[in-house]
Amino acid sequence: MDYYNPLDLAKFGDIGKNAPEAANKFFAYYGEVFAEGALTEREKALIALAVAHAVHCPYCIDAYTNTCLEKGSNADEMTEAVHVAAAISGGATLVHGVQMRNILDKKTL
Amino acid sequence: MSEATFAETLAAHGLALLKAKADCLQVNVGSLCNLSCGHCHLEARPGRTEVMDRATMDEVLALARRAPFASVDVTGGAPELNPDIAHLLLGLGPCAPRRIFRTNLLALEGRDDLLGLLADGGWGIGASLPAVNAAQVEGVRGAGVFQRSLEMLRVLNARGYGQGPGQGGRLELHLVSNPGGAFLPPAQGPATRAFRQALGRQGIAFDSLFVFANVPLGRFRSWLERSGNLEAYLGLLRQRFNPEVVCGLMCRSICSVGWDGRVYDCDFNQAAGLPCLTAEGETLHVRDGHGPEQGAAILVGEHCFACTAGSGFT
Ligand code: SF4
Repeated sequence: MDYYNPLDLAKFGDIGKNAPEAANKFFAYYGEVFAEGALTEREKALIALAVAHAVHCPYCIDAYTNTCLEKGSNADEMTEAVHVAAAISGGATLVHGVQMRNILDKKTL
Repeated sequence: MSEATFAETLAAHGLALLKAKADCLQVNVGSLCNLSCGHCHLEARPGRTEVMDRATMDEVLALARRAPFASVDVTGGAPELNPDIAHLLLGLGPCAPRRIFRTNLLALEGRDDLLGLLADGGWGIGASLPAVNAAQVEGVRGAGVFQRSLEMLRVLNARGYGQGPGQGGRLELHLVSNPGGAFLPPAQGPATRAFRQALGRQGIAFDSLFVFANVPLGRFRSWLERSGNLEAYLGLLRQRFNPEVVCGLMCRSICSVGWDGRVYDCDFNQAAGLPCLTAEGETLHVRDGHGPEQGAAILVGEHCFACTAGSGFT
């Protein structure tokens, strides 16, 4: 059995099978979040694409690569969005080095 | 279980695709083109020999004079490459209040003669420009095409095209965009804003943008097959079927004449080889002297799902 089968993406709604009320609330919220607001749908899709990479979700990468294209984004914008995710992820890793330093400074002569 | 056909899908929604009044005469003057765009449903390219001759053009003109149309729309291929294009444009000009000439922009390069004729005759221009991003445009059309397209848009602006009403701008410039691959285009509103912003930065103005989904026929279908995208793309089109757009589909109001004078309900049916039929089931030729009959059934196929996906595209 594959852990990540692209066809499984279409089964996302099944998550409501044993907890329909929670799922319905989640999907309603999800729909609301991605509707055009102060940010355009196109901008939100680019953010989602970046976050999908940061959280390493292949389903979301698949879904939001397609959504970005459908919302009129192009490879330049999408690649820059992934770099933003990489910079923040890398920065978040590195900034934790401060913790390491704090402990090192305390524990070492 | 096999998927429902387009006709079955219409029937399941209680719909039928019937001809309304054909008030637009679309003339496809042939599949000869200077480009070989990846999304072309007609497989137009250099070297194609299917080109409308002058005798057929005269039959088109006879029809246009007899049955007044609200608009005429000349397309191809690259209509600029038809050796008799001026003859057709001069004849058609007085036949309809609204006239649109379709171009891929590059075929207009160095054609001041034709540009003058179009501008003097009040012909609007429908220019295809897949995107406002160089890589996306050139992925569809070939290297170097983007900047040349922008340059031609500037030439058209300088001629008075796309300057809007009130600035001597009776010359309409509409852009037509298709996605650069196996995905649906953005909605018309946001796409128009993005085009205006990007082209505005280049000093280019236009009247409106039309976005169209790529139709799974011709060269685009071959690419979908080769790239392993066909099944998913057809699935996407089916999944986005929107019954509300059926009543406004362009095939209901178009008389689409092919290069050899055969009449179709739309340019896509030309590519699919689905002719326009009379109530008696006969095919129609422009020399028959009348357009499609109101109420006649329109032949449909799998490709029609491209027109009914989402908010609809024709
Ligand atoms: S391809 Fe589109 S426009 Fe043509 S017959 Fe089908 S639905 Fe109508």
